[in-house]
This record gives sequence, C-alpha cells and structure tokens, in this order.
Amino acid sequence: MPKIIRKKLLINIIAVVMMFLLLCILFDTELLGRKAAYFNGLVTIGMFYTIIVCSLNLLTGYMGEFSLGHAGFMSIGAYASAIGTTLISNRTELPDIVLYIIAIIIGGMAAAIVGVLVGIPALRLSGDYLCIVTVAVAEIVRVILSNVGIEEITGNATFGKSFAGIARVSDYHYVFITMIICIAVMYSYIRSRYGRALISIREDRIAAAASGINVTKTKVLTFTISAAFAGVAGAIYAHYITTLVPTYFNFSKSSEFLAIVILGGSGSMTGSIIAAPILSALPQLISYVFPDFASYRMLIYAVVLVVVMIFKPTGLFGGKEFSLSDLILKPKSKKTQVLSQKVNQE
Amino acid sequence: MAEEKIPVLETKSLGIQFGGLKAVNDVNIEIYKGELIGLIGPNGAGKTTIFNLITGIYTPTTGSYILCGKRMNGLKTHQVVEAGIARTFQNIRLFKKMTVLENVKVAFNKNMKANLMQSIFRTPYFWKEEEETTEKAMELLKLFKLDGFADQFAENLPYGKQRLLEIARALATDMKLLLLDEPAAGMNPVETAELKESIKMLREKFGIPILLIEHDMSLVMSICERIYVLNFGEILASGTPDEIAGNKEVIEAYLGKEDEDEGGDV
Ligand SMILES: Nc1ncnc2c1ncn2[C@@H]1O[C@H](COP(=O)(O)OP(=O)(O)O)[C@@H](O)[C@H]1O
Ligand SMILES: [Mg+2]
Repeated sequence: MPKIIRKKLLINIIAVVMMFLLLCILFDTELLGRKAAYFNGLVTIGMFYTIIVCSLNLLTGYMGEFSLGHAGFMSIGAYASAIGTTLISNRTELPDIVLYIIAIIIGGMAAAIVGVLVGIPALRLSGDYLCIVTVAVAEIVRVILSNVGIEEITGNATFGKSFAGIARVSDYHYVFITMIICIAVMYSYIRSRYGRALISIREDRIAAAASGINVTKTKVLTFTISAAFAGVAGAIYAHYITTLVPTYFNFSKSSEFLAIVILGGSGSMTGSIIAAPILSALPQLISYVFPDFASYRMLIYAVVLVVVMIFKPTGLFGGKEFSLSDLILKPKSKKTQVLSQKVNQE
Repeated sequence: MAEEKIPVLETKSLGIQFGGLKAVNDVNIEIYKGELIGLIGPNGAGKTTIFNLITGIYTPTTGSYILCGKRMNGLKTHQVVEAGIARTFQNIRLFKKMTVLENVKVAFNKNMKANLMQSIFRTPYFWKEEEETTEKAMELLKLFKLDGFADQFAENLPYGKQRLLEIARALATDMKLLLLDEPAAGMNPVETAELKESIKMLREKFGIPILLIEHDMSLVMSICERIYVLNFGEILASGTPDEIAGNKEVIEAYLGKEDEDEGGDV
C-alpha cells in the first residue's frame, strides 16, 4: 500500500471512530434524556438511507443508468431477511448480533440474486431499458408481497397485509458499522479496475468496448452489487421498524431515493453520504414542528429538485469528493512537492 | 512482405447492407506483418464502416474477416480487442471526464488480474498491479509526450493531443493490428507532422501492422507501402502509392472529386 494511502486510511479511521464515539455519547448516556430514543431512530433511518442512496448512486453516478425501482430491491431484502430471522427465532434463541448478521446476509443475497436475474436481460440492451425494467420489477414485487401469505410461511400471526413481530435487532451500533463497511466496499469498488471500467462505459460505451471492456459483464456486476446493498438497507429497515407493509416500498419511495442521489450530486459518494441522512431526517424534524408537513413532503422535494436542477444541475457536490485526509495532508504534500522539484533542479 | 504466409488480417468478400444501401460490398483486404496500409476513398465510401465491421460494432451481412488465421465473425467488440485488434475513432471518443492516465489504464484492464475480492480488500497484489499498470501507462504517455498531462481530464487536452491519446490508449490493449481512422483530421500542419513522426516511431518500436484511413493524401502517399482505394463501398484499386497516383480510375473517381468533398464528415 502506498504510504500516502496508508496515511489517508489512518485519518479516515480516526474520523470514523470519533463519529462512533460521538453517537455513543449522545445515545448511551443521559445527555439527550427522554428524546434519545427519538433521535436514535432518526440516526438509524439516516444510516440505512445512506446505504441505499450510495448504492443507487453507483448506478446513476458511475454507470450512468437510472433505477426507479430501488425500493423494490430494498423490499426484497427486508422481507427475505425478516422471514429468515422469524423462522430462526421461532426455533432457537440467538444473540441479537448473530441474528442481525444473518439478516444482513440474507437481505443482501436475496436482493443480489434478483439483481442478477433482472440485470442480465435488461443490461444486455443498450438504452434506458433498465429504468423501465426496475420500475416494473418493483411493482411486481410489491404486488406479490401484498398477496403472499406471510402467515403461512412464518406461522406468526399477521395483521391484514402487514408483517409484524420482526426481531428488533438493528441496534444503531451495528448499523453504523454496517454502513461504514458498505461505504468502504462501494468506494473501493469504484477506485479499482472495476470502477475504472464502469466509469469508462458511462463516458463512452463504444470506446470502452473498443478498449477491451466487457460492457455487459461490468454493468451486470455493478447492478448486482447495487441491488445487494439495497437489500442490506432493507434488512436493516425491517429489523428496526419490526413491522413491514408492502406499500412503504412504492414508486414514490424509489423516486425519493433517486431525488436524494441527484440532490447530493450524481457521481459523488460524499454527496450521497451527506444528503441521505439530512434529507431522511429533515421531513421528520419539520413535521415535529408543523404536523401537516408530511403530506407536502413529496411536493417540497419536487420543488427543491427543480430549483437544484436549474441552478446547480450537478447536485450539491457535482461529482466531486470531499476528502478529510486531503484537507489535512495537502498543504504538507504540496510543500514536499516543491522541495523535491528544487532538489531535482539542483 | 509477401513471403509471410498467413496475413495478420484478411477480409473475404466482406459486406454490409443498411436497408437498400450496400455500404460495404465484396471487400477483400490483406495485411501482412509489419505493413502500413492506407485505406482511402471519398466521404461516405464506407471506410469507417469497414473498421466498424472488423471491430465487431456492426455485424457483416456477407463475408468474413480473419485475424492471424482465426475467423472473427460473431465476436463482440471487447472479444475482438482481446483477440488483438485495436482502433481509434474518426470523431474522437475519449473518456472525457477521466484523466489522461486513467484513459490509458482502462485499456490495460483486460490484462489485469486482481479479482473483485482483492480489489475491495485492497490486498498487496491489488496495489502492486495498480502501480505496475500506472508505470506502463506512463511509459506509453511518454512516447507521445503526454506524460505532462497525466492528471488532467482528457477533455481538456488540445485537439491534436486528444488524437494522440486515443492512439496511446489503443496501444495499451497490446494488439496485433492497429486501425487508425483519420488520425490527422482537424490537425494543423505542425500536428500532422508530429503525427507522422509518431506513426513512424510506432512501426520502428513495435513493428505492428497498421491500417490507416486518411484524407490527407500527402501523408498517405508518403508513409504507406500499399493503398486500397474504396469507392461506393467497393475496392476500386489497390497497389503502391505510385501505382495509385497513376491510376486513371482512381483519379477520376476520387482525386477528381476531392474538391467537392472538402467539407468532410465528422
Ligand atoms: N449505422 C448506419 N446506418 C445506416 N447507414 C450507415 C450506417 N453507418 C454508415 N452508413 C452509411 O454507409 C456509408 C459509408 O459511411 P462511412 O463508412 O462512414 O464512410 P467513410 O468513412 O468512408 O466516409 C454512408 O453512406 C453512411 O451513411
Ligand atoms: Mg469515415
């Protein structure tokens, strides 16, 4: 590993640990008093939003194709993991952390499998088929979930169409660590030969193929990874909220994710990481003050989106990344560059 | 050159039809090791279409094309590249929002071996391969005096340098045959002279055969060993530059028309 990268990694690890400690101080002490649970919830929601928004950004920002059905992949992860953990809990008692890890794995795998099955036919064709196909898949999944008898599978009682009684194991400590791992994996993926191939396809599909890139394979792989993380987000959601209703994962949820990607900046992971928690919490915070706000939420999103599209079409971060380590290391490295140049001249 | 038995590239009555238009018809071309072959003809003659056929972008309606004895019909573009054909494009196709260095590194991708897990977990092998690839890419950039621009976005390069970057990227695929589609188009005389040097350097250094589409007649006549003349999708004549320059049909069909064709397609 190059020295500079090692330094950057260290700085990032320190920053992450500090954030984790901050959350611990806020929620594990008496600092917030009775409001702790409420803010804890906002933060947990913000974290799974971050995962799913980043995963969607992988498609829109780096692959250059849209998915308007990411809520569908999220629902697959949510239901698959919830069915899995419910069946397990009915038989044996497992520690929360084990159940949580199982949920994440089932959720991610289930969504990934559907991702491959959808991706192979949809991505073989060039053009905007993916967007249409994902909308269709999400709707189909929603209709199936509305009609399937969860009660018969799990043996637990259901109330109408809702799937209740899911183990509440999405503790924010675990979710935070999961989020960091997910972001790190997606970031590493982008900054590897795979990501390079992916971006080259976004830039010019024909030139990428003429440079030896297997366009379909790269796209299917990326779509599968994106779907897997959407599934992970679904698993976290299911085991936080504990009751699933198919209508939560509707078209407007998918549009909301896409809106957050675009507002944060398509092609900027930083943009997604900042926009997702803020935009997931903001409506809740505002409706705390104005109870009527919830019904105007999508309208306000639409207006904000139009305004951003007019004044800053590239989103908040416009494809750029903010790097804490660069901020800390840059002034130094510039100096050393100048020094080494001087040495070379002499 | 003729003593080399198997041609590097051979097309056998290659043809494609778009609707009623026979854009390329019954084209037979042979390129042997180390040759620099010119492909000329008026605008719309079908030159670029031949490149698109050979690189798997279009599917031929008739005929076949063979690389070093291996039939290539039906291969996808990336498989054609893997087999050893690299190309540039008439209307430059760079990865605009990627750096000059990354543009070249993309083309090294097919020979890189770090798998998904190694890449995600950043194993020592991943770093080693990345560093080696960067070094190889920088060497290629140096050949074209582009190393000073390595960290700039490709779209910010001056026009002539963009064309050179496309050639550097094509070379990174480690090919057996290089196809250049009007590399001098839009270049000023200084850049054209530079390009000519670069092409000569390529032949001396790598010895790769090149099929060159070019409008600049003086460039083609001065560096190519053999020339194929295409007109309305068919080979009108082929031979040495002198033979072509003295061919009546060619003068009538092509050189005589050149004045009307100044516009050039993009
Ligand atoms: N994809 C296509 N669909 C229809 N016609 C095409 C297509 N590609 C090329 N052509 C036609 O084939 C002919 C040859 O074009 P081209 O190969 O670009 O000519 P050149 O490169 O010799 O200037 C032109 O008439 C062009 O309009
Ligand atoms: Mg052409």
